[in-house]
Amino acid sequence: MSGSDTWVQLAYLVAATCFIVALKGLSAPRTARTGNLLGAAGAVLAVTVALVSEDLDHLPLIIAAMAIGVAVGVPAARRVPMTGMPQLVAMFNGVGGGAAAAVAFVEFLRSGDDDPVAVVLATVFSVVVGCVSLTGSLVTFAKLQELMTTRPVVFPGGRFVSAGVAAVTVGLGLAVAPTRSEGLLAAVAVAGLASGVLFVLPVGGADVPVVISLLNAFTGLTVAASGYVLDSTLLIVAGTLVGAAGTVLTRLMAAAMGRSIASILFGAFTTVSTAGTTGSATSTRPVRSGGPEDVAILLAYARRVVIIPGYGLAVAQAQHTVKELADVLMARGVRVMYGVHAVAGRMPGHMNVLLAEARVPYSQLEEMDQANSDMPATDVALVVGANDVVNPSARTETGSPIFGMPIIDADAARNVVFLKRSMRPGFAGIDNPLLYDPKTTMLFGDAKDSLAKLVAAVKAL
Amino acid sequence: MTGDIELLTIFVLSVFVGFEVISKVSPILHTPLMSGANAIHGVILVGAIVVAGQAEGALQIGLALIAVVLATINMVGGFVVTDRMLEMFRPSDRRRAGGSADEQTQLPTPTSRDDR
Repeated sequence: MSGSDTWVQLAYLVAATCFIVALKGLSAPRTARTGNLLGAAGAVLAVTVALVSEDLDHLPLIIAAMAIGVAVGVPAARRVPMTGMPQLVAMFNGVGGGAAAAVAFVEFLRSGDDDPVAVVLATVFSVVVGCVSLTGSLVTFAKLQELMTTRPVVFPGGRFVSAGVAAVTVGLGLAVAPTRSEGLLAAVAVAGLASGVLFVLPVGGADVPVVISLLNAFTGLTVAASGYVLDSTLLIVAGTLVGAAGTVLTRLMAAAMGRSIASILFGAFTTVSTAGTTGSATSTRPVRSGGPEDVAILLAYARRVVIIPGYGLAVAQAQHTVKELADVLMARGVRVMYGVHAVAGRMPGHMNVLLAEARVPYSQLEEMDQANSDMPATDVALVVGANDVVNPSARTETGSPIFGMPIIDADAARNVVFLKRSMRPGFAGIDNPLLYDPKTTMLFGDAKDSLAKLVAAVKAL
Repeated sequence: MTGDIELLTIFVLSVFVGFEVISKVSPILHTPLMSGANAIHGVILVGAIVVAGQAEGALQIGLALIAVVLATINMVGGFVVTDRMLEMFRPSDRRRAGGSADEQTQLPTPTSRDDR
């Protein structure tokens, strides 16, 4: 980077410091919002300094491009419903990866012939990983938005195709160093784009959030590599921070789901996508379904009710209605708690955001371990739009794709009530034996409608 | 120009800082943290601006401007969406529940000063 004046470098140092403090702030609830604002301040500072200190051609075009970016990004961020948050983050991550790859590519077009080998290799890295991040994120977006199947997509020999494309990508990339061929780098970019798609297709829907986090770390490293290409310490620091923090976060998320990163990317879901489900056998079993009045009586005369919210609650925008039901029950002296699974919703912590939106007090939220130890003393476990996170086959059925995932032991409660639209399996695409348990009552219908009926029925008692 | 070894040193130190800063995070914050980290790498916008400012010819300029657009979306959108998520953890919402000791330790209350 040409802006070598001391004050410019100092300003970039301040921005880098902002990012470090921002990440620190974001990791504790009290300081999270301030942390994010500090990060934004650092970014604005860095961009402002770049605009005024560099000797830039095409400045009007650059400003116009930034205006377009703001015009697209801000409304998207403002308008997205809280339920659509994971997809949007995936999308933002993808375009960031694409931007970093494009930056490295342009720099190569400009000065690739004179760069040392290390710089060319960093360029190749940035282009490959940035492209993987771009298309990988687009596929995760499509899966989460349910534009395509949420099940793992596997085709015969898929692994060999993936491995082959990856090998071709690396081979072409290495060949760029001696040849300095622009066409070759373009081929590398195309191979990277293909690798991104192949990388994410076999991942099951329930595991996609972990992949978003991983791709986020990838984009961080891409930015760091682009920073090396441009000789910018700011980009190196910011990109590396995100790469490292994103890696830690990916591992934390995988741990919250009781799965290893390797098994998410290459393992269980691809091999047992159908074998582990006893779908056809169980779905013919009888199910007990009840009306709102029956369930209302069960709830109103319980001493302790645990509400287990899932993504279906969010889709129905029923956060507020579920709180209303909880309030009505508490007015009758029922103890009501929420058992929140770490990966309830679509991402770890997603459900907490949704319940906070409905202003459910934190004191009523129980994390999984707490909820499980209190479950035997619970009269009714009310499962609203959740399925996989209470599926007991995660404990018992070694062949099940979700085997080993920590679950909320709703089956330990005296009664279980499912509010569900249908018998359709959950996001992981597998059947849930708890639905057929004799102590389970199904209340079919849209979560919000059912909850509203329950509120009315409890009030009428 | 900064030497390669210096840049490598910065890289290695940044890795450790990144690991240390995120050593322990409650699952509650995984989503906002991921989103915030995502916004931070939007600072690639600085790189996009620099290459766009030096670009020559339609291909370079076009590609660089695309990078500027994409990086801006990443950065601005990322910070806005993270703030929207965190906005929901307002202290006023929490106070309403009354203040049990248990609650005090869990709640995201920027107003309380007993962080350490």
